Amino acid sequence: MPKNNELKKILVIGSGPIVIGQAAEFDYAGTQACQALKEEGYEVVLINSNPATIMTDTNMADKVYIEPITLEFVTQIIRQERPDGLLPTLGGQTGLNMAVELARAGVLEREKVKLLGTQLTAIEKAEDRDLFRDLMRELEQPVPESVIVTTVEEAVDFANEIGYPIIVRPAYTLGGTGGGICSSEEELLEIVASGIRYSPISQCLIEKSIAGMKEVEYEVMRDANDSCIVVCNMENFDPVGVHTGDSIVVAPSQTLSDREYQMLRSASLKIIRALNIEGGCNVQFALDPFSYQYYVIEVNPRVSRSSALASKATGYPIAKMAAKIAIGYTLDEIVNPVTGQTYACFEPTLDYIVSKIPRWPFDKFISANRKLGTQMKATGEVMAIGRTFEESIHKAVRSLEIGAHRIHLKEASQLSDDTLRFRLNKPDDERMFLVAEAFRRGYELQDVQNITNIDWWFLDKLEGIVRFENELRSAAELTSELLYAAKRKGFTDRSIAEIRSEGGHQLLATEQEVREFRVKAGFKPVYKMVDTCAAEFEATTPYYYSTYETENEVIESNKEKVLVLGSGPIRIGQGIEFDYSTVHAVWAIQDAGYEAVIINNNPETVSTDFSTSDRLYFEPLFFEDVMNVIEQEKPIGVIVQFGGQTAINLAAPLTKAGVRILGSSLESIDNAEDRKKFEALLRKLDIAQPEGKTVVSVDEAVETAQGLGYPVLVRPSYVLGGRAMEIVYSDEELLTYMEQAVKINPEHPVLIDRYMLGKEAEVDAICDGETVLIPGIMEHVERAGVHSGDSIAVYPPQSLSEDLKQQMIDITIKIAKEFDVIGLVNIQFVIYKDQVYVIEVNPRSSRTVPFLSKVTNVPMANLATKAILGTKLASLGYSEGLWPEDDYVSVKVPVFSFAKLRRVDPTLTPEMKSTGEVMGRDQQYAKALYKGLIGAGMRIPPTGAIIATVADKDKPEAIEILRGFYELGYNIIATGGTADSLEEAGLRVKRVNKLSEGSPNILDLIRDGQAHFVVNTLTKGKTPERDGFRIRREAVENGVVCMTSLDTVQALLTMLETINFSSRPMPVLQKK
Amino acid sequence: MQARLLLEDGTLFTGLGFGAEGQSSGEVVFNTGITGYQEVISDPSYCGQIVTMTYPLVGNYGITRDDFECIHPFIHGFVVRRHEPMPSNWRAEYSLDRLLKEYGIIGISDIDTRMLTRILRHHGTMKGILTTGAERVEELQERLGASQLMTDQVARTSTSSIFSSPGNGERIVLVDFGAKSGILRELTKRGCDVVVVPHDTTAEQIRRLNPDGIQLSNGPGDPKDVPQAVKMISELLGEYPIFGICLGHQLFALACGADTAKLKFGHRGGNHPVKELATNRCYITSQNHGYTVLEDSVKNTKLAVTHINNNDRTIEGLKHTEHPAFTVQYHPEAAPGPFDSSYLFDEFLEMIREHKRNNPKKPRQAQLAESLRGELLYAQK
Repeated sequence: MPKNNELKKILVIGSGPIVIGQAAEFDYAGTQACQALKEEGYEVVLINSNPATIMTDTNMADKVYIEPITLEFVTQIIRQERPDGLLPTLGGQTGLNMAVELARAGVLEREKVKLLGTQLTAIEKAEDRDLFRDLMRELEQPVPESVIVTTVEEAVDFANEIGYPIIVRPAYTLGGTGGGICSSEEELLEIVASGIRYSPISQCLIEKSIAGMKEVEYEVMRDANDSCIVVCNMENFDPVGVHTGDSIVVAPSQTLSDREYQMLRSASLKIIRALNIEGGCNVQFALDPFSYQYYVIEVNPRVSRSSALASKATGYPIAKMAAKIAIGYTLDEIVNPVTGQTYACFEPTLDYIVSKIPRWPFDKFISANRKLGTQMKATGEVMAIGRTFEESIHKAVRSLEIGAHRIHLKEASQLSDDTLRFRLNKPDDERMFLVAEAFRRGYELQDVQNITNIDWWFLDKLEGIVRFENELRSAAELTSELLYAAKRKGFTDRSIAEIRSEGGHQLLATEQEVREFRVKAGFKPVYKMVDTCAAEFEATTPYYYSTYETENEVIESNKEKVLVLGSGPIRIGQGIEFDYSTVHAVWAIQDAGYEAVIINNNPETVSTDFSTSDRLYFEPLFFEDVMNVIEQEKPIGVIVQFGGQTAINLAAPLTKAGVRILGSSLESIDNAEDRKKFEALLRKLDIAQPEGKTVVSVDEAVETAQGLGYPVLVRPSYVLGGRAMEIVYSDEELLTYMEQAVKINPEHPVLIDRYMLGKEAEVDAICDGETVLIPGIMEHVERAGVHSGDSIAVYPPQSLSEDLKQQMIDITIKIAKEFDVIGLVNIQFVIYKDQVYVIEVNPRSSRTVPFLSKVTNVPMANLATKAILGTKLASLGYSEGLWPEDDYVSVKVPVFSFAKLRRVDPTLTPEMKSTGEVMGRDQQYAKALYKGLIGAGMRIPPTGAIIATVADKDKPEAIEILRGFYELGYNIIATGGTADSLEEAGLRVKRVNKLSEGSPNILDLIRDGQAHFVVNTLTKGKTPERDGFRIRREAVENGVVCMTSLDTVQALLTMLETINFSSRPMPVLQKK
Repeated sequence: MQARLLLEDGTLFTGLGFGAEGQSSGEVVFNTGITGYQEVISDPSYCGQIVTMTYPLVGNYGITRDDFECIHPFIHGFVVRRHEPMPSNWRAEYSLDRLLKEYGIIGISDIDTRMLTRILRHHGTMKGILTTGAERVEELQERLGASQLMTDQVARTSTSSIFSSPGNGERIVLVDFGAKSGILRELTKRGCDVVVVPHDTTAEQIRRLNPDGIQLSNGPGDPKDVPQAVKMISELLGEYPIFGICLGHQLFALACGADTAKLKFGHRGGNHPVKELATNRCYITSQNHGYTVLEDSVKNTKLAVTHINNNDRTIEGLKHTEHPAFTVQYHPEAAPGPFDSSYLFDEFLEMIREHKRNNPKKPRQAQLAESLRGELLYAQK
């Protein structure tokens, strides 16, 4: 069927900020969709609040709106743009929910906008638990026994009837927010209450637990002609009970016979047909490991995280096809872009095994509950491809960058047997490693199976890996046969050396030796193509993975090549912003006439779309794997500065191996990261920096801190996203920190700086060796002590004097030149008593590059890449200094995923905690801020109540801010001390009990929805027992805005004062 | 144990042997199915072939007798990247290795199966020889050169005697050219009274079974090696509704005057898109064939093309424009592969019912009287 010519203009809704459960996969999907629609000649209008996305680049759509994805703003854009169609299925749950809201509000009908892809009824049938169950019953598809509840009592009744354990799933929430498995009434009460709160329609599904069954997913597509295909099926390593986003997943399924495979396939097709979806759909099943009994767990009537994975796993671009189907094409007429000679209507077949492992933020959130359940906790994921399971899973493990290069965690051997058994039974992020540990301790496979319920097949593979390691360890000699066997199983040279040295062998016990031996033996990987068809048809897609086999399929090319290293899995501190820069670097390399080769392992991203670069190597960002690609491709050099700390960390070993780093050299990187060299250079340039010292022992730390005077800022050297950075106020706190957060020794020094309570600002600059271009200066709303990634950033600065700005410009130029920066550099400043101090220099692409590129219109990553390749900025028309400031004000507001991470303290600290960001842009600061805060998900009622519990030291400042709220008509609610102070200051206050004063107390108030904002600046609470912590958690879990920095509160007030009116009586005439 | 696979073009693969030991030759083909190795191994259409699975891990869910497509596998060798010695599935009875040993089939693993597939795609399917012995390569080459591809696979795989699978519904005569159990399974599931007859059954013998419809099965090899079946089909055409599958489809085409030819590397797998021309709807189908009906040859016949392969545009379905008969190149009985086309069996039964409505038979007593009268007359003479 040809495309629909009645449509001219199509609105695409993006997925907004990155949060747990909704990450870069939707940038990938949205970018593909926009490109596909433009290709077909439609006018594309895009709305997305997330600036750190490729899809919001102005060349991706005809019109790009970076505005909040709320009914108010989207309606306005619809009125303004009058699109004919709306494509909501590529923007995740956000896009889908927005479409539902627009339809219910009558906007679509009134403005005559046609919903494309999936109809409202389908969305409702898939998302509304009741309608979904009715549909499944109609289709004779089994679903677990369940009941829909809107009260806690109903849930308890049902549980008493069918027994525990029971699963709670709130309706219409993302990544299972608010849900969980309950094994007792106590747990049920808590989880149902929170589930009802999180559900926008106050509804939960209470369901019989089918935990322990196999979890299998199918990615299905359907067109208007009713042709249906399955793109891919996937099997979870973890049985039902762990959210699929938190599960280790393999594609295709491994333990399903053809009968089982086809049974579930047929069911998927039946469901997508019944829902009448035109596009992609994801169906999740639970399959009894002992019978043909299965249950449909969930249906997502849209492109999902799993479909991004399926696209990368098979090479089949689901989002692009979904967009084409939405505008009327049918699968049989769309050419398969991979082969170029067959059509999209077929089922991809794999000749390799794909493994996905989620990346969790527990390395940063030490206090978080690591248990995995129905609520997703991972921030990102890695994918790996191999010809055997062992090869594939090993690659995935080393892609995680958690310090493991094989299925081995050093700490695991320290665990007691009881702990090990307990943790095997209650899945957490390290379970696969613990399974391996159990086998190392000689557990029987059946025993491990009984404890974990993981399928025998996976366990057998892990046991086999352990067995092979034993063989490798105990063999008298590392023969070339043994080495080859190890390589075929995916062991790295480093792992092999480590295992050999564990066995007490002297020879071939270092990575270097093993590598040399291997090269001499002639063992190097070959590269195979991901071609959707298992080599049945010819394909020329340059999408490769390595394996140790016979035939190498890389198509040789004579063009000069540049290798770009990607940034790996998304984690806190290293998010989608780095993928954005990577993609722009690739394009710039191509512009400059080279072939761009990329290595990355994150399936969610645009950089791993095979059509982005000239050659994509889906490989771990691990020295050995990177070197292998370099030896295959022989690039003129490698660019490391766009791939975040992941790529930067590879600069040293690559340089040592004789590889040319393009752009800022290893020395420049080292000068910025090595504290001593850094200090010396700044001193030489006469640039101020906070006083501080590098220490290598606890005693030295205490001495230094006392010398500087508390508070001090402590952090380990070579950190990512301010990991383990803290402000410490006393010896006692310092000692606790030293004990818990860092391993201190001469190899891992700790930095101690004087903490200056000032304003923070940062710049990103580009240097070609001659000219330093500063696209913009960003001012942070929150004062020093809050990580820059967690601060609201404002461009152009609203409160910095010209003089201060000039100081920053001068410093930036000096530093860029002195550090020999070629490419990008990010510099963080603190302004203390009108003096600019430099806190940090990062000679690489930063988190703010996409934001700043968008608001200044300076294509930063592109220019930086060109500078790296030798083009002079001057020849491109850029001159030294600050780029003229924009008339509009733009703010970048961080977005957190605290609701998903139990026990994490939502307080803003020097340690980064946000997962994503949104942008607000308008003519005035207040309006821009409003958009930013709304876009970040803050609910801002024009009137309401604000709860304040403020530390003594903050009271004077807090009172003045609260007075502002009071004058706007907000009710102020406070506990004892704060209430006294406020009353003294003449404010009317509603008193509320502290936690210790009995019910109803402050928590009850929050729980009952009586407060709209919580301001809490109590003492730091690393230990959950503290009241402040419980208040903050209660607020987060109830979706109440919780602010822990008075600067944020002040900003909110400024905004409210501007957009709201306050009423005052007329001044009384003074009678004289 | 070492095993080797030598191809006609001289390529030698060295890997590990599993299953049986010895030497064996045949046409080397590849199948792209991810699941379904049991059905592939036991599909008689692979008779005499050395089958390569493109999916690298084979044997994961073990062997379950229920999943066999015939009693005895006919393949001449099995090639995988890795065979799984420790299967995991609740229905698994034993391992792939044991199955191959039991039936004397040589398996080879740990070779670059993707490279092998690419060679076959490029050069077309070719002869190959598998060995677990230590013969010199020259010796293998000689053996390979001297080996002949079979032409009598249908006779080898077909049932040698007639048998019935009773039911209460329509009587279907299933002509077995090397039929997969799946066809019988689909027919009996629909209540049919099935009589399975050998490949060389004549038209007259079939008439005597008094069928309501005739099902032509799949089978191995070149349709032109089975001329007696072509004759049988042409005699019965019009008399009974006919539904042909795979080889049955090709034989039917020959019987109607069309021609067939060998494909370069065939279609083998469970992901082939077939477009129904009447609706433009596509179905994902299970396929296993090395030959195809030539498009040009259909033009001067009374056949109409109903389905085509959406990738290479070869003919996938035919129907007779005058008589109740239709055939498909693919496998609506699935096993392995998708069940999307099982509705064709329903259409066949519907066709039978319609044929009956249009051609009402005389009451049984009248028929009997008529035939007996003839016999009596003859006796009187």
